Amino acid sequence: MANYYNDNKELKFHLNHPLMEKIVRLKERNFSESGAFDYAPMDHEDAMDNFDKVLEVVGEICGDIVGPNAESIDAEGPQVVEGHVIYARGTSENIEALNKAGLMGMSLPRKYGGLNFPIVPYIMAADIVSRADAGFVNIWGLQDCAETINEFASEEQKEKYLTRVCNGDTMAMDLTEPDAGSDLQAVQLKAVYDEKSGKWILNGVKRFITNGDGDISLVLARSEPGTKDGRGLSMFIYDKRDGGVSVRRIEHKMGIIGSPTCELVFKDAPAELVGSRKMGLIKYVMALMNGARLGIAAQSVGVSEAAYREALAYAKERVQFGKAIMRFPAVYEMLSNMKAKLDASRTLLYETARFVDMYKTYMHIAEERKLEKEERDEMKTYQRLADIFTPLVKGMASEYSNQLAYDAVQIHGGSGFMKDYPVERIYRDARITSIYEGTTQLQVVAAIRGVTTGAYLKQIRAYEAAKISPELEHLRRTLIILTDEYEQAVNKVVGTDDNEFIDFHARRLVEMGGHIIMSYLLVLDANRDAIFAKSAKNYIRMAKAQVRANAEFIRTSDLSDLGSYKYEMQ
Amino acid sequence: MKAYKIIVLAKQVPDTRNVGKDAMKADGTINRAALSAIFNPEDLNALEQALRIKDSFPGSTVTILTMGPGRAAEIIREGMFRGADGGILLTDRAFAGSDTLATSYAISQALKKVKDYDIIIAGRQAIDGDTAQVGPQVAEKLGIPQVTYVEEVQKIEKGKVFMKRRLERGVETVSCPIPLVMTVNGSAPDCRARNSKLLMKCKHAKTVTELQNSNEDYLHLYNDRPYLNIPEWTVNDIEVEQAELGLSGSPTKVKTVENVVLQAKDAKIISSSDNDIDELMRELIESHTIG
Repeated sequence: MANYYNDNKELKFHLNHPLMEKIVRLKERNFSESGAFDYAPMDHEDAMDNFDKVLEVVGEICGDIVGPNAESIDAEGPQVVEGHVIYARGTSENIEALNKAGLMGMSLPRKYGGLNFPIVPYIMAADIVSRADAGFVNIWGLQDCAETINEFASEEQKEKYLTRVCNGDTMAMDLTEPDAGSDLQAVQLKAVYDEKSGKWILNGVKRFITNGDGDISLVLARSEPGTKDGRGLSMFIYDKRDGGVSVRRIEHKMGIIGSPTCELVFKDAPAELVGSRKMGLIKYVMALMNGARLGIAAQSVGVSEAAYREALAYAKERVQFGKAIMRFPAVYEMLSNMKAKLDASRTLLYETARFVDMYKTYMHIAEERKLEKEERDEMKTYQRLADIFTPLVKGMASEYSNQLAYDAVQIHGGSGFMKDYPVERIYRDARITSIYEGTTQLQVVAAIRGVTTGAYLKQIRAYEAAKISPELEHLRRTLIILTDEYEQAVNKVVGTDDNEFIDFHARRLVEMGGHIIMSYLLVLDANRDAIFAKSAKNYIRMAKAQVRANAEFIRTSDLSDLGSYKYEMQ
Repeated sequence: MKAYKIIVLAKQVPDTRNVGKDAMKADGTINRAALSAIFNPEDLNALEQALRIKDSFPGSTVTILTMGPGRAAEIIREGMFRGADGGILLTDRAFAGSDTLATSYAISQALKKVKDYDIIIAGRQAIDGDTAQVGPQVAEKLGIPQVTYVEEVQKIEKGKVFMKRRLERGVETVSCPIPLVMTVNGSAPDCRARNSKLLMKCKHAKTVTELQNSNEDYLHLYNDRPYLNIPEWTVNDIEVEQAELGLSGSPTKVKTVENVVLQAKDAKIISSSDNDIDELMRELIESHTIG
C-alpha cells in the first residue's frame, strides 16, 4: 500500500515550481487540444492536477509492484533464449502494470497516443521508478529515445513508431561497439542502402546495449564507406518485427541486474534512416545523449532517495548502547548530509528539466509557426542553460548517489554487507550511474564550457539577485563570498590559456560551480518552503568546505606541478 | 464475438485494514471520521474480473452499481479510471441503516430497473461487515444462479461462464448459464492500476448532487461529454416497498459490540447436513450470538 509519490512531499514541491505555468501553457499551445482530446487539460490548474494524479498512479504502482519486485528481479535476472531476451518474471509484471496504466509515451504528442506531458513530470516519474528499482527504470525509461524520433524522424516514421511506443513497445539505443565506447566516432556497424527494398541493411556488432532486444531500436551505423570519423555515421531505426538482430549474450553485471545489457549481432538487418545521412553522431546522438543523461540524473536521484530512506529507517530501528543509532552524532551527521545531497541533486535535476522543457517546447512550436524574436531569444537562453546544466546534474547527482549508497551501507554496519537488506542491492545499482551515458570525467569535459564561457557564473549571479526572505540572507552572503573565490580560481586556471592545465583542474572547477549552484537552488527552495531550510543550511556548510578545498588546491597549483602526476608510457 | 453487459456491485467501506487508536468511539461504534473511505478490496478483485471479460470481448460494458452516501460516487470514478464505462449511485436517506437483507433488496430492485444485464459480479464480502451475504441474496431476489468464491473467469462459451472457485480444500471448476451473479474471492488477481488517460478523461465525472455542491469551472463539459454525468438513483427512481428499506427493512439489530480476541487455534468445519446446521443454530442461540 506504499505510494512513492504521495510519501515524498519534496516531489510535489518541485512539480509546483512557478516556471511550470509557462512551460505548461507552451506545451499545451494555450490549451488548444482540450476539444480534440478528451484527456487534454482545460487550463493550467487542470493540467497540474493531471500531473499530480498521474504521478500518484506511478507512485502507487512503484510502491505496490515495482518496489516489491526489485529483489526477485535482482536474484533472477534476464536470460537469453534463442537469440532473444527473456526478462525476469518481475520485470514482465512491472512492464505490464505500467503499460496498462498508460505510462509509456508520457511526453509524446497526443496524436500518437502520448500524454503530452512536459519533461518535468516525466522525469519525476523516472525519479519515482528509480527509487523502486534502478535496474527496471532502464527498460521503462528508454521511452525517452522516442523523443529523438519525435524530433528528427519523418511524419510517417513518427506515426508508425511513436504510436507503438505509446502502446507499450520498449526501446533501445544501439550506440556502443567493442571498439567504440566513449569515442563513438569509431563506430563500425555497416549500413548499406539496398535499392531493391528501399531499405538500409545493417551488419556488424554492438555491445553493452541496454535492453538491446527492445521492440524499436535507434542504431548508429556507418553509412558512408571509407570514412573513419563521426561524419560518416547516420542514425537508423531497427524494428524487431523485421528480424535480423540476435542477442549473442547478456553481460554479467555488478548491479542493475534486471536490465539486460546485450551484445547484438546484426546480420542483414533491415532498417530505416532517421533524418539526414551523416548527421547520426553530430546531431542525433547528441540529442539522444542529452535526453539519456537527464534520465540517468533522475535515476541517480531515485537511487539516492532509496538509499537515504533505507539508512534512515535502519538508524531509527537499530539500537546500540541503549539507544537508536540515529541519536549518535556520527550517524545523524551522516544522515543529514545524505539528505542535503539528495535535496541538492534533486533541485538541480528539476531546474535542468525545466530548462530542457522550455527550449524543447519552443523548438517544437517553431516547426508549427515562426517564433517571435523574444521567443527565439528565450529558446536560445534556455538551450544554453540546458546544455551546461545537463552534464552538471548527470555528474553531480550520480556521484552523490554513489556517496549516499556508500553511507547507507555504512549506517547498516555489518548487516549492510549482507544480502539481507535492500541497501546491498542499492549500493551495487548506484555504481553504474557515474559510468554510463558518459563517465563523470566526460561530463566534466562537457560541463567545463559552462565554467570557461562564464555561463555558470552568469546563472549564479541571476540566482544571487533573486528575492529571498531576511532569515536566509546570511546564506546568500556566504554564497557571494564563495562565488568570488570560484571566480578567482576560474580566472587563474583559464588565464594560463593552457588546455592541459584547464583539463587538469576541470573537475575541481565544475564541482565548485556545481556546489554554488545547488546551494542557491536550495536557498530558493527554502524560501518557498521551510522543509528545505535544514538541507540548505547543511549543504552550504558542506559546500563551503568543498569549494574552499578546491580553491586552495588550485591556488597552490601551477603548470609545473603536472609533471609529478604524469606517467611515462613504456 | 458476443459482447456482455456486466454489472459490478461495489461498496465504499471504511479502511479497516489501517485501524489506529481512534478507530472506535467510546460507545463501541466505528469512528468513520478516523478511517479513510476506500473501494472494498474484494470488489476491486471483482472489477478486475469484469474488466478482463471486457478485454476479451470487445464491446462489452462494465457498469459499477453502488449503494451508499453521496461520497460513494468516488467508487464509481475509481472504477472508471480502471476501465469501467460508468456507474450508478443508489443513494437515499431511506437506505440508511440497511442490513444485508435491506441492501440486497434495494440493489436487486435497482438491477430490475437496469434490466439489461448478463453478468453481475460482486466481491465476496466487504471488510466492514464481512457477511458475504449481499451477493447471494441479490441472486436469490433476481431469481438467477449464483457462483461464489470465484477466483478466475476462464472462458465464456455458448452462453455459459466457466469459472474457477477457490474452496477450503482445493479448487473447483464450474460453468453457469448467463445471466448469473458471481462473487469473487480476494485470492483472485489484484485489480489493475488506474489508467492515466482514463483518469484525466473521467476525473471530472460527478453526480448531479456533487455538481450542485461544487464550484465546477467546466460546466459545459457535462453537456458535451455525457459520460461525465454519474446517474444518481433514489427511492423514487426504483420500484420499492418503503417498509423493506433501511432500518425498518432490516431484521438485524446490533445488541452490543464487544472486543473479542480470537484464541481458538483451530477452526471447526461444519458440513451442510441438516444435523450440523441444527447443532450450529443451537450453539449460536445458547451463546446468545443469535436471538
